[in-house]
Amino acid sequence: MRFMMIVIPKAHQTASQDAQPNVEGFTRMMEYNKSLEKAGVLLAMDGLTPPSGGARISFTDGNATVTDGPFAEAKETIGGYWIIQVRSREEAIEWAKRAPMDNNTIIEVRQIRGLADFPADVQDVLAKRYESLKKEAAANA
Amino acid sequence: MSDIHRTIEAVWKIESTRLIAAIARVTRDIGLAEELAQEALVTALEQWPEEGIPQNPAAWLMTAAKRRAIDSLRRGRMLEHKHGEIARELEFQQQQLGEAMDHALDQVIDDDVLRLIFTACHPVLAVEGRIALTLRLIGGLTTAEIARAFLIPEKTLGQRIFRAKKTLSEAHVPFETPRGDELRRRLQSVLSVVYLIFNEGYTATAGEEWMRSQLCDDALRLGRILAELLPAEPEVYGLLALMELQASRTAARTGQNGEAVLLLKQDRSLWDHAQIQRGLAALDHAQKLGGGAGIYALQAAIAACHARARTAEATDWERIVLLYDALLQVSPSPIVALNRAVAVAMAHGPAAGLNALESLATEPALSGYHLLPSVRGDLLMKLGKFTEARQEIARAIALTQNKREQELLTEKLERMPKTAREA
Repeated sequence: MRFMMIVIPKAHQTASQDAQPNVEGFTRMMEYNKSLEKAGVLLAMDGLTPPSGGARISFTDGNATVTDGPFAEAKETIGGYWIIQVRSREEAIEWAKRAPMDNNTIIEVRQIRGLADFPADVQDVLAKRYESLKKEAAANA
Repeated sequence: MSDIHRTIEAVWKIESTRLIAAIARVTRDIGLAEELAQEALVTALEQWPEEGIPQNPAAWLMTAAKRRAIDSLRRGRMLEHKHGEIARELEFQQQQLGEAMDHALDQVIDDDVLRLIFTACHPVLAVEGRIALTLRLIGGLTTAEIARAFLIPEKTLGQRIFRAKKTLSEAHVPFETPRGDELRRRLQSVLSVVYLIFNEGYTATAGEEWMRSQLCDDALRLGRILAELLPAEPEVYGLLALMELQASRTAARTGQNGEAVLLLKQDRSLWDHAQIQRGLAALDHAQKLGGGAGIYALQAAIAACHARARTAEATDWERIVLLYDALLQVSPSPIVALNRAVAVAMAHGPAAGLNALESLATEPALSGYHLLPSVRGDLLMKLGKFTEARQEIARAIALTQNKREQELLTEKLERMPKTAREA
């Protein structure tokens, strides 16, 4: 079972684009990441720059509207994520509890949906797409 | 199982390996260490539902294990001696043991975990004992979980673990990591145990218990742990690459009715491409460490040829033939030779494939193996030699016990044209 642990830091929206984590916090985070690696559960991870340099694209009736960060109206924005492979939801939660986080930071734990979890009709679409890909490849050969 | 018990099980899965390694650091006996850790878990199962999960579960479990260790020291000695002299000495020993265990958790290092792995996979143990101990001590699985995954009664598995621990103790296997050449040799045993666990999960058919296919993930986890502990060993990365690449096809291996789908017929859009990337990265790492010619790295390189091809038709069969040639050099086996012949047929046509099979016809190890006539039958059919092909397929049907395999071969037999167009 794969889970994404999504970090929702406090005061992230207002942080400046070049805000850097402090050395102590960074060291603790590196130790935590190492513990995930040593336990063989870590598949991927990334940290994001603050939302002030980002953009939100919202969709209404097929139109895309771009809003530049910071996003005053957003209560929660994402600061980074880990993808871990564990045996259970409880194990993912236990790993999240061990993360070295600042006061009021939130980690949201969500299971990743695999292709096999899609309903049969969606899988059919995938299978047809593969068939057309094969024809295309044969035509190019 | 209640929520709290599932949480305790999760805590155990995360903490047990380091806990057992820390205790073994003091006791130098992994059987005893495992028992003490197990007793600490029992205490946790009694107390945590009432008191809640402690802030630092690892330290809590270690303290519980320490109390048990001191208890057993006292009980053991008290029966033997009752003199005052001994009692004072015992008090001193208890204090020492207590202090050592207090510090063990802070001092536990990667090498202790590595010692645990090498001891669990020690050659004095039967292979099934190695597998059970490895899953128990490093995989963090409970006896019940291992038993369910291997489709055997929990009691049988408990006895298996008990016997393995007894064997280690009787053989006075030291709690240590081998060095130099010995490390390379013993590493083979560790890697083969991990790959056996993987294959046990990989061969599980659809509809079988989830626990069984979960063994693939457990093996991958063990592979990643090993890669962290032995970053300079190319074969560790070779095995990790092989497992990642094979596991990446899981979703495509069974059709909608649960039937097996062979590699070349699989819908490649169902392959897990993130996992393929991890596998290719691990293979690249193995090759950079100079281990491209290792047994696992070569098999991973073959799997990588399939993973890189967008369609079955785009497979680089010539490269696969070369890789099989290299694999035959380091690990000669009739099965590898048979697979090579299939690759030769794909690269250079059915006649070349039949030619490559020629030398295997008298191979005693393959005399009862259904895949040899099955492959021969396939190639003869492609050459239009239907009479001979039919004989071979019939032989293959007679040789296999697997029902599904029989059905597939029978279908093939029925579909074959009745009229010969032999040249």
